[in-house]
Amino acid sequence: MKKLLLLSLMMMVPMFAQAAGGPSVALDSIEVDASDHSSLQRGMQTYVNYCLGCHTAQYQRYSRAAEDLHMPEDLVIDNLIFSGQKIGEQMTSAMDPKVSAKWFGAAPPDLTNEVNLRGADWVYTYLRTFYVDESRPYGVNNLVFPSVGMPNVLAQLQGIQSKSCGDVSEYDAHGNPAIDSATGKAITHQSCDILTVEEGSGSMTPAQFDAAIYDLTNFMAYMSKPYKADSHRIGLWAILFCLLMTVLFYFLKKEFWRDIH
Amino acid sequence: MSNEVANPTRRRVLVGASIVVGAVGGVTALTPFVASWNPSAKARAAGAAVKADISKLEPGQQMIVSWRGKPVWIVRRNAEALANLDSLNSSLADPDSVDAKQPAYVPNTPVRALRDEVIVMIGLCTHLGCSPTYNPEVVPTAFDANWQGGFYCPCHGSTFDLSGRVYKGKPAPTNLEIPPHFYESDTVILIGEDGGNV
Amino acid sequence: MGVGNPNRAKAESGIVRWIDDRFPLTQMWQDHMSKYYAAKNFNVWYVFGVLSLLVLVNQILTGVWLTMSYEPTAEGAFASVEYIMRDVEMGWIIRYMHSSGASAFFVVVYLHMFRGLMYGSYQKPRELIWLFGMAIYLALMAEGFFGYLLPWGQMSYWGAQVILSLAGAIPVVGEDLVQWIRGDYLISGITLNRFFSLHVIALPMVILGLVVLHILALHDVGSNNPDGIEIDQNKDENGVPVDGAAFWPYHVIKDLVAVGVFLTVFCLVIFFFPEGGGYFIEKPNYEPANSLKTPEHIAPVWYFTPYYSMLRAVTQPLFGLDAKFLGVIVMGGAIAILFVMPWLDRSPVKSMRYKGWMSRVWLAIFVVSFVILGYLGTLATTEGRTTVAQVCTLLYFLYFILMPFYTRMETTKPVPERVV
Repeated sequence: MKKLLLLSLMMMVPMFAQAAGGPSVALDSIEVDASDHSSLQRGMQTYVNYCLGCHTAQYQRYSRAAEDLHMPEDLVIDNLIFSGQKIGEQMTSAMDPKVSAKWFGAAPPDLTNEVNLRGADWVYTYLRTFYVDESRPYGVNNLVFPSVGMPNVLAQLQGIQSKSCGDVSEYDAHGNPAIDSATGKAITHQSCDILTVEEGSGSMTPAQFDAAIYDLTNFMAYMSKPYKADSHRIGLWAILFCLLMTVLFYFLKKEFWRDIH
Repeated sequence: MSNEVANPTRRRVLVGASIVVGAVGGVTALTPFVASWNPSAKARAAGAAVKADISKLEPGQQMIVSWRGKPVWIVRRNAEALANLDSLNSSLADPDSVDAKQPAYVPNTPVRALRDEVIVMIGLCTHLGCSPTYNPEVVPTAFDANWQGGFYCPCHGSTFDLSGRVYKGKPAPTNLEIPPHFYESDTVILIGEDGGNV
Repeated sequence: MGVGNPNRAKAESGIVRWIDDRFPLTQMWQDHMSKYYAAKNFNVWYVFGVLSLLVLVNQILTGVWLTMSYEPTAEGAFASVEYIMRDVEMGWIIRYMHSSGASAFFVVVYLHMFRGLMYGSYQKPRELIWLFGMAIYLALMAEGFFGYLLPWGQMSYWGAQVILSLAGAIPVVGEDLVQWIRGDYLISGITLNRFFSLHVIALPMVILGLVVLHILALHDVGSNNPDGIEIDQNKDENGVPVDGAAFWPYHVIKDLVAVGVFLTVFCLVIFFFPEGGGYFIEKPNYEPANSLKTPEHIAPVWYFTPYYSMLRAVTQPLFGLDAKFLGVIVMGGAIAILFVMPWLDRSPVKSMRYKGWMSRVWLAIFVVSFVILGYLGTLATTEGRTTVAQVCTLLYFLYFILMPFYTRMETTKPVPERVV
């Protein structure tokens, strides 16, 4: 039986971003897209289904998400609010923080600002790099957040992922496999951070899972700065106006300074 | 320095254009400062529509719910009271509710209600904002020997009938306000939203 | 017969005349605008004073509006900032204008100060202008420090913790002093409340007052210029300096161009890069203050980092004083020495244009050291970086300490009679 080797995206995506002062693992880089409403909607669905049970998003209002993500409010009420909250309320968790602190050792943090705090790349990589580690209380560990005190709630989707050592290919600046020009062989190096998913152990294929995590991260990025789209739209006009004003003032200055010899 | 302006027209045009552009920019820059005084998302969430279950409201009873910090009255009027409404017209200031604040979909007939027996109104006197008391019985009272049932404002003595219409010669200028509302189901009224009514 | 003071300029008639009889409106307009003459050869370095004023107005206006929704309590501060950013309509613009404005303030003030150093704007008879300006700079640093605690994020908290503990290095009274400033055994809501009061009331009033003094002193002796020539020495038959241009309308309109450029850049920052790459708003500040958990890397905001570097550069005890206290002295000294600038410069000329090569080289060394110190202050220390910081600190002080010597020794160029 052939097992599908799923290498950590650190080998598939050549662009790395180093987490500041964080783990030594290179983070997988993604471009978040605040205009991709369907991605954001799917991401929100994942959030309320898998994250909100423990992690509040206490500064984000359902109604704001409905408006920004172009979702009709009654659809949000029927499909995304499980706590019986009103649409105008904030996305708080059903779990009492005191109870959860007892369960997990610390209250699960609020995630409204998680992307502001750690960056989208970190969140995207973190959620995909849980691996089996029986020495940990929840039986899983994480590449970017070693000894994390959180179970892999997405295991059902992703499947069983384990870590092993082996040779991994290197990539050049264009994302092509790096070839040693002398020997003509692919350049590899030894890594002990190779993650492999047991085929068929999750309800999603690796590609589907990555896409789902992208959507989730995209939503969390939206949630961290819900005004970003407005900001860029207004900002463009503001800058154009200021430029126009500057040019006009420049000619005004030239005109008046003709008086000064 | 010379006092001669070489091209006065050019200078006038540039000054004019600069003033216009500067003024437009200045006023536009004030937008965030003005907009930020609007009710915030928090205030709007707190002021969202409220539900009122009227299944237990008996004829002749009044219930009070709070919407945006105001008392909203829901009164189930009995048949006599409804029958009596037309006869009061001559003693009311605005029997047809022409000047009253009420949504267009609420008829300005004497019943002033989406369903004849159940009336929804904001329980604040249109004079100075006191909350009138509910006096449904047709009995002589201290404030009106010929009382036909309705509301009496203890602050300045305005009186209203059971449709919230103000009596003649009272300080309140208009009938009691009716908030936007609709029947979400047979027994649940949502106050604060039109629910598609226009 | 008119009323009021007959010795002042007055309008002929009308409402302005009525006011002039009771208040020196026309006189003030002439003194500070229409008959205030500044040299016609002002270059781009002369716009940063007006820009500082613009940013000051921005800070006060946005500050007033932020105060409307901010809650100065340990429990509510962080959430109220999120409330401003998310729930208040366009609140995010106002907050970004304020947070970016703080950085913009230091950018324009640093450039303004550099202009002064370059053209000798602190020299006689402008010593008081310089002193008032330095007092503004000091008040501004205090304002920035108090303000940075208010969002009550992790960096707010631990940044304040680090800076406050500096006072603890003072022998004997240090610890008691810190406790007195905090009003608690740790930085708490009590500290936050007093910092809030100082930030929104006390210091803005001090700064406004100092700005008035700064400008009054300036308008009394007149502006310096890139040539360091006193334009009052050459007046025409009407008593108007021949090398001058009236502040209104000429310099005002010239400044408008600078305002336009500044606003363009400012909009670019607030709408597209409000966090300034982590320098204006630092990532750990997205986590509420937690007195039990220090962020991995604490750096003060960029405008304090040159001094922070100097503090860290002192690693050896000396004269029986420990390194920490010496660091505080060095840091304080670095700011204090700027105050005596007018008395260190013994050059017969004002402007760098006519000073000798030594002055130029030392100014360049000073600027480069300051920038390097600023950069190092944002990074964690390593042995190599500490050595670089020590060298730069030394050079920073040598610029001032050697100034009385090199400004006297070097040959200066003759200053022309008239502005070129």
